[in-house]
Amino acid sequence: MIAEAFDYERADSLEAALAALARRPGAKVLAGGHSLLPLLKLRLAQVPLLVDIDGVGELGGVRVEDGDLVVGALARHRDVADSEAVRRGWTALAQAASHVGDPQVRSRGTVGGNLAHGDPASDLPTAVLLFDGVLTVASGAGLRQVSARDFWLGPFATALGEGEILTAVRMAPLGDRAASAYRKFPHPASGYAVVSVAAAVRLDGEGRVAEARVAVGGATYVPFRAAAAEAAMVGVRPDPPACREAVADLFAGQEPAGDMYASADYRAHIARLYAADALAAAGAAAAAG
Amino acid sequence: MQYRVLMRVNGRPVERETEPRTLLVHLLRDELGLTGTHVGCDTSQCGACTVLMDGRAVKSCTVLAVQADGHEIVTVEGLADSVDAALRYGGLHPLQEAFARAHGLQCGFCTPGVLMAGADLLSRNPDPSEADVREALEGNLCRCTGYENIVAAVRLAAELLRERQQAGAGRPAAHAAGGGD
Ligand SMILES: Cc1cc2nc3c(=O)[nH]c(=O)nc-3n(C[C@H](O)[C@H](O)[C@H](O)COP(=O)(O)OP(=O)(O)OC[C@H]3O[C@@H](n4cnc5c(N)ncnc54)[C@H](O)[C@@H]3O)c2cc1C
Ligand code: FES
Ligand code: FES
Repeated sequence: MIAEAFDYERADSLEAALAALARRPGAKVLAGGHSLLPLLKLRLAQVPLLVDIDGVGELGGVRVEDGDLVVGALARHRDVADSEAVRRGWTALAQAASHVGDPQVRSRGTVGGNLAHGDPASDLPTAVLLFDGVLTVASGAGLRQVSARDFWLGPFATALGEGEILTAVRMAPLGDRAASAYRKFPHPASGYAVVSVAAAVRLDGEGRVAEARVAVGGATYVPFRAAAAEAAMVGVRPDPPACREAVADLFAGQEPAGDMYASADYRAHIARLYAADALAAAGAAAAAG
Repeated sequence: MQYRVLMRVNGRPVERETEPRTLLVHLLRDELGLTGTHVGCDTSQCGACTVLMDGRAVKSCTVLAVQADGHEIVTVEGLADSVDAALRYGGLHPLQEAFARAHGLQCGFCTPGVLMAGADLLSRNPDPSEADVREALEGNLCRCTGYENIVAAVRLAAELLRERQQAGAGRPAAHAAGGGD
């Protein structure tokens, strides 16, 4: 399958990429191409110009900066999944990245592309939301910061404006006696998340939960933080029965979505099971240090 | 629009004018005649089109030829030459040899892609478990074999590579030149 013809420009700096996007209305950023190229090939999308940012060195890399994890937009899923620092301190993110597609997809697909695409069934938004990620967005006017809670607006809709480029996402560490975990129920054919849950637990000196976080993806049009479940975990020992009880109200204030493959009720049911499992796994890992 | 690309394919420099929408797999097959890289699905699912790009397995039906500009591509035709001659047997890469010995293929349509995904795995993991192999081949579909012999063949290849690398390391002065100590 061959896409409709388009022009192609390669940017070697962020500035050049922004300028190229500004010159041509409707121009789009090309990163790994693993969401965009399938759409173009099927002619579900058409673009006048692709601005390839792959060579923009300043957008790459996974590093720890003043204790925070900073993942460049061009970091590949594989680099995140394999990073020792991410696996240790931001485990749910490394696990989410290792669940994206297959090894070939993880060789090419980028973190920035995954977050910017805004697919409700994507893996990485759920993990970035768990860590209260702060996304840096560049435009001709300069840089701005957008918190993960404000970044996804609906299916395939994000806070990115026309011609803007996501440059990096920054995530603070969870702290001592804390750990995280990611659980995904993949669609058997596409591999995308029917439901995914990222959870984190921080324990006090007695082994009770001081803080819990739960992010749910795939089940609603944008990933969300399950505030009721997070509150219900505080003060309990995070064993499996306690976690199952805490997630009873996982969807408080939310409307799970159904489709041909999984009804809304089924998604909610699976999400509760996976949330309890992720919380218990994070709790056990936090206790083990 | 035409775009000039310059890349290395199987160790040789290749320069071409191409439309930006040309897929890497089509440049390889139609322009360079490297038809060992197959197109199974054309929708990023089956892995038959897998090649190495800077050493990493990628699906060449989901990479534009222009994205490969400046990069190093290895296709199944270049697999054997990508390793030291001392590691080959009968001109074959240990993966190719192992697939023949362990019956890792039936119709062979998926095989080039599986070999390239296997090569990426072995470059990172010299002794993969069965689970490691199955995970590394998650992006490769085979309609014939049921995967058992494919997994066995990749593990046999790993064994052959390890043996020959050890034998090579033991040979006096074979690779010591320039080593310093
Ligand atoms: C077979 C297959 C299976 C997959 N399975 C999964 C899965 O299980 N889970 C999952 O989460 N994903 C999956 N994906 C998608 C994959 O993760 C993509 O790599 C990712 O969603 C997009 O990243 P990319 O770098 O390829 O982006 P591209 O395809 O290059 O771009 C995607 C979109 O984001 C825009 N964009 C890209 N980078 C930026 C940036 N820095 N700033 C602003 N806009 C930008 C582009 O303009 C485009 O609109 C799969 C893909 C394939 C082909
Ligand atoms: S032809 Fe590329 S993945 Fe099937
Ligand atoms: S051997 Fe026939 S598809 Fe794999």
